[in-house]
Amino acid sequence: MLSRPLFRFVRDDRRINFMRGRHMGLIVSAVLSIASVILFFQPGLKLGLDFRGGIIVEAQTPGPADFGKLRAALDHAGIHPDAVQAFGSPRDVRISINAPEGADREAQTQKLVDGVKSAISAAEPGTQVLRADAVGASVSSELFRDGLLALGFSLAMILIYIWVRFEREFAISAVVTLILDLTKTVGFLAITRFEFDLVMVAALLTILGYSTNDKVVVYDRIRENLRKYRTMPLRELLDLSINETLNRTLGTSMTVFLAALPLALFGGSTLTGFATVMLFGIVVGTSSSIFIAAPLLLLMGEKRLRKETDAG
Amino acid sequence: MMYYSRLRLLGVAGICLIGVLLCLPNFLRSPSPSLPWRQIHLGLDLRGGSYLLLQLDLKSLEHDRLQSLQDQARQTLLDRSLGYRDFARDDATASLSFMPRSDAERDSALKAMQSLPPVVPNEFTTSEKDGRIVLTLQHDAMLARAREAVAQSIEIVRRRIDATGAIDPSIAREGDDRIVVELPGVSDPERIKSLLGTTARLTFRLLAPNPSVASPGSTMLEDESVHTQVAVQDHVDVDGTDLTNAGAVIDQQSGGWAVTFQLNSAGATAFGNVTRANVGKRFAIVLDNKVIEAPNIISPITAGNGQITGGFDARSASDLALLLRAGALPAPLSVVEQRTIGPSLGAASIHAGIISLLTGLLLVIVFMVLFYGRFGLYADVALFANLILMVAILSLFQATLTLPGMAGMLLTLGMAVDANILINERIREEVKRGRGPLQALQAGFDRATGTIIDSNATAFLAHVMLFVFGTGPVRNFALTITIGIVTTLFTTLLLSRLLVVRWYALARPKELPV
Repeated sequence: MLSRPLFRFVRDDRRINFMRGRHMGLIVSAVLSIASVILFFQPGLKLGLDFRGGIIVEAQTPGPADFGKLRAALDHAGIHPDAVQAFGSPRDVRISINAPEGADREAQTQKLVDGVKSAISAAEPGTQVLRADAVGASVSSELFRDGLLALGFSLAMILIYIWVRFEREFAISAVVTLILDLTKTVGFLAITRFEFDLVMVAALLTILGYSTNDKVVVYDRIRENLRKYRTMPLRELLDLSINETLNRTLGTSMTVFLAALPLALFGGSTLTGFATVMLFGIVVGTSSSIFIAAPLLLLMGEKRLRKETDAG
Repeated sequence: MMYYSRLRLLGVAGICLIGVLLCLPNFLRSPSPSLPWRQIHLGLDLRGGSYLLLQLDLKSLEHDRLQSLQDQARQTLLDRSLGYRDFARDDATASLSFMPRSDAERDSALKAMQSLPPVVPNEFTTSEKDGRIVLTLQHDAMLARAREAVAQSIEIVRRRIDATGAIDPSIAREGDDRIVVELPGVSDPERIKSLLGTTARLTFRLLAPNPSVASPGSTMLEDESVHTQVAVQDHVDVDGTDLTNAGAVIDQQSGGWAVTFQLNSAGATAFGNVTRANVGKRFAIVLDNKVIEAPNIISPITAGNGQITGGFDARSASDLALLLRAGALPAPLSVVEQRTIGPSLGAASIHAGIISLLTGLLLVIVFMVLFYGRFGLYADVALFANLILMVAILSLFQATLTLPGMAGMLLTLGMAVDANILINERIREEVKRGRGPLQALQAGFDRATGTIIDSNATAFLAHVMLFVFGTGPVRNFALTITIGIVTTLFTTLLLSRLLVVRWYALARPKELPV
């Protein structure tokens, strides 16, 4: 049973003419990315607690939650929550309050969370607090800045690394492809209304890292083939390289997809969003490795890459 | 490189064995206390607990220093018989300024100001503006002071938290002016928040001659015992830093709760002198700018001990005693971020994390065997070793594992097989090109190595960036992935290769199972 692989994604001698569809691929990708950018502004991302500040208290009441009673208790304590919702089981309640305005809003935020906790445990004795988070406005804006910095620096490092190890055309094509990938993922976030928080930034960066990894493997093969087949036209050479690495591209995507899938299914509230976005990113990253990264290279480096290797 | 030397073989096997040994402390109880028994710490999101981010009030630190500088400046001018008028303090620009009595004294006054001892180097500058002499605190020096104050505060915060009996707390600096407090198992941090939110600066000061109006050198403060405002002199006679002990007791006369305190000899002397000179007058016991009580001085108090009765109950009396024993914070701390995870949610998260990890691992293992047959099985062995080594390294550093960290491990496992896939695809290509098994293996491994290093290097860089700039959950995620990339390189480039080579040496197949 172990002597032979049981299946392949594509036959090894299959030569798919990916370059023929390159304009189509680029146009579709550009349209999706532009749509995503529009979605980013309207309706925009749903910011999580990390980035918007405020309070979330999640509690489990002893019996099915009586929302009216809880709202009344909070109202009585002078607390006006922005949302009192069910999540998970009928006993689970999530109370969220946006960051208060005003001069001593930091202190207010911290006071509110204690107020909410005591109000609900007074209304429903035996209530268990599952989670109580309060993030001040100054902290949330710093977290947001740090998240964007991490994203920016990662992109810059990838650009520099590929530039040093490959050539300028490779680096620029890779970064453009990555930006196209990232914008689509942001669009996905805007549509699905998953909360954008620190964990999501980690998801975006992982997609970035994974997608880069994918491109580097294809580029590595292109570089090798540029040296090996000195007279082959670039277009043909790119097609050959994509086809040669196709089983690897699909195989690796499959394993990462399989690893992330259980997280999306059983990861609990913290990780479900994260893993779902990862799954989306894997699909986008894989397709852009095949349909976008190499065609961009053809668009940018038709003359230069061929000439360089001829000379070298 | 198709023949592994015995040394190399032992090396690889040795590392795997060490990995297994390092994992053990996470699952077994230590057989002897002398053994180094290093475990992975579970993050608060997995074990439940509270996370507090405290911010030191820089403005108040600046304000206090300005006030003490003003006292020093006045005293120095007085000592040198230099006159001044209109001594102003401006918190917004962090400066003091005054007008010398005459132009003739201006230079001497300036010199006197320059002779004031700075607390940190280059703490303030002295200058002249419109005839006035101006002292300005320097921002960099104040930041240096803040760092110092944070270091002091960490000590005091630790003492206060230890006194509450919290188990295994972690208290650390973050940035210039913040402190992170992690309290595993504490699901209701309200008491600790209020303890940390109290500066606990105790001072004994005389009341102003006319306690109902503020006069120069005194300030109106709230008297909590009678809920009125009283004028208290700014001059501090005895300070809480002279306290040696404090305790909560039941007051013999009233039957209510009270806090007793004991002063050191310097404090006792000062207290004795003040009370002797002011018998019949009132003095105020001030805690954080609020008057707890303002009794009459009936007779001189020279023994250096006393009792505060300010309408306490058992809890507030013991909390105040705790705070006084632990010492005052150099500046107020405020909570700017709080996250509490209840124990049941933590347990549910561990469950979810482990189920996901095992299911993911299983799916990848099955896929690899289906997709690559025997070589896939070797990749699976390497994958398992990878998981063990990741746990081993995390244990060795006694790192913290959070839910995002578990996600990072899982994704590492998903990506780890990429290296095996690259190698197998290469070997397959070489076979298709008509090479014999040995040459195909050799060429496959050698050619894939460059690609593997390139692709892992980019991922490594991206995650190091994430670790450096990330905060909280993101850092832990980046940490496990970064460790995972290192272990992946070991398990794929050395271990799975070793397995393939050993199999080839034993089986001598005519064809490769690719």
